[in-house]
Amino acid sequence: MNFDVAAEADKLTMLGYGLLAFVVVVGGLLLLLDIVPSWFARQREQRLAMAVAGVDPAAPPPARRKPREWLFGLFFLLPAVLLLLVGLVVPAIRTVLLSLMDGRSESWVGLDNYSWMFSQDEILSVLTNTLVWVLLVPLLATSVGLIYAVLVDRARLESLAKALVFMPTAISFVGAGIIWKFVYAYRGPEQEQIGLLNQLVVGFGGEPQQWLQNPPLNTLFLIVVMVWIQAGFAMVVLSAAIKAIPADVVEAARLDGVNSWQMFWRITMPSIRPALIVVVVTISIATLKLFDIVRTMTNGNYDTNVIATEMYNQAFRYGQTGQGSALAVFLFVLVIPIVIYQIRNLRKQREA
Amino acid sequence: MTTTPTRPAPATAAAPPGGAAARVRKRLNTRTATVVSIIIAVLWTIPTFGLFISSFRPENDIKSTGWWTFFTDPQVTLENYQEVLFGRTASSGQLASYFINSLVITLPSVLFPLAFAALAAYALAWINFRGRDWIYICVFALQIVPLQMALVPLLSFFSEGVTVGGVTLLPAWGLTGEERFIQVWFAHTCFALPLGIFLLHNFVSQLPRDLMEAARVDGATHPKIFRTIVLPLITPALAAFGIFQFLWVWNDLLVALIFAGGGKQTAPLTVRLAELAGTRGNEWQRLTSGAFVSIVIPLIVFLSLQRYFVRGLLSGSVKG
Repeated sequence: MNFDVAAEADKLTMLGYGLLAFVVVVGGLLLLLDIVPSWFARQREQRLAMAVAGVDPAAPPPARRKPREWLFGLFFLLPAVLLLLVGLVVPAIRTVLLSLMDGRSESWVGLDNYSWMFSQDEILSVLTNTLVWVLLVPLLATSVGLIYAVLVDRARLESLAKALVFMPTAISFVGAGIIWKFVYAYRGPEQEQIGLLNQLVVGFGGEPQQWLQNPPLNTLFLIVVMVWIQAGFAMVVLSAAIKAIPADVVEAARLDGVNSWQMFWRITMPSIRPALIVVVVTISIATLKLFDIVRTMTNGNYDTNVIATEMYNQAFRYGQTGQGSALAVFLFVLVIPIVIYQIRNLRKQREA
Repeated sequence: MTTTPTRPAPATAAAPPGGAAARVRKRLNTRTATVVSIIIAVLWTIPTFGLFISSFRPENDIKSTGWWTFFTDPQVTLENYQEVLFGRTASSGQLASYFINSLVITLPSVLFPLAFAALAAYALAWINFRGRDWIYICVFALQIVPLQMALVPLLSFFSEGVTVGGVTLLPAWGLTGEERFIQVWFAHTCFALPLGIFLLHNFVSQLPRDLMEAARVDGATHPKIFRTIVLPLITPALAAFGIFQFLWVWNDLLVALIFAGGGKQTAPLTVRLAELAGTRGNEWQRLTSGAFVSIVIPLIVFLSLQRYFVRGLLSGSVKG
């Protein structure tokens, strides 16, 4: 047994400190907000009492509650806004600046890092790979999710059937990477296969393949893993949308003699359009930022790199902060249209 | 459309107007549907199932025969788990240690964002002050900023502090060893807030206005309302976001890789597993059991609290 209890105890002490900090910060904040206002309230009561007693009838009436409203807002928002500024907003701005500097962040190089990005063959292949991912994953995952949601809707054992497909959502990308690496495992043709896919190929009389090492198809085999994870998410959201279609609409269509094919295209699809958009957008963003699967399964070798893995390599392995930052900014630029679209939706919602 | 839900027609209307041929076609339809859905279900389950079976097979069997031969020649052992969790050699995995790291990382990384997001969501929904809507829109937009945008500067914020024009505003944190957990908690908390605030705000803002106004008239202050009225009412939303964040943190690789480092002292399971998959890609007895060690907790959480999780997903979420 190699289990150093002392080392583990240190970690648990650290966890203890963390939890203590949580209690102190959150409890302290609420306490502070409770005590300070009641102190003010007492002061006001005293002044009010004095005013009533007629000590100074000309004194202004005691301050009303309203003006202090923003103070409460400030303190309620303070931790979140502070953390967002320190952890996201300022770093994001700095990343933009870093992307205009050299690898050690010492001198300004203008747009060199960006022209580097679009001139290197390796990086261009990274960009093409990312494009393939973003085109295929949302399309495939959403289609599978939608088909499955429609097929199992109101079928027997529906909740079990849904749980089976939804389960991969809970599995880490690293775990999923290992699961599928095992499916793709390769043994020479003279040996017995241990990977399911090669066993099937051999069973049909084919030659076993190194699925993950032959570009360009290996990217597709990685994409399968992401589809496997995301289809469950798509299925759950779309299934809820399908169930929300008013029963009398479906009923009316059925009375009109609509078959299930027409039902799908004329009733189901138009009704679930908003949910469909949410699913496609969410999966697209997740795919753009995909890192874990590629890193676990091929580590970006064999021409499978994507933007997020290359960004990690440049910034944290090769010490090329500028080029890494430029890749991060490019990733951000790709999602900006989605941000704008979402904000417009939000404002529409709020106005309605 | 004259149909109403109470119409007593379905029994007769359910019979397809086309008669026998249509009935046959309909049955064929449902049969194809069943077959297709079973195929999808099998495709989605088999890979995990194969991994699960393999993790209990002896090393030699895993490496020489496919896991499906288990059913003709069942050999069961717990040695893989023994070895991958507590093994002596450095190459064995030593996952027990990493498992504890994952726990230490996850708990505060779920609690802090929950509390801060709930406070912020309440303020954005029920406290009146100027600029409230703008703050909300900014938080909403931040949801979609890829966390890659924050990694490099946030890391240097920890390791070098803040210096503006040669003046040190904040010294380096200088965290070593176990203290590096603080970095990971900090990073996860920051990255979780936009989604958390958005999800909880959706929920908090839908609480009945009468209830809030009645409490205000009774003289309750905002902290009092938050503690005694809002918190109990939004428990389902807190659960949904909590599960979401738990799965996110437990399964995360990128943030841990950068802020926790790769050592046994602080790195979580995912980092170690990715490392094993890279350096010992053919040691399937370790990879299969190791993967299962990392999967089991999220699966339990997920299966027992699926309802809340689904509700969280349905609130329409995009995580950065």
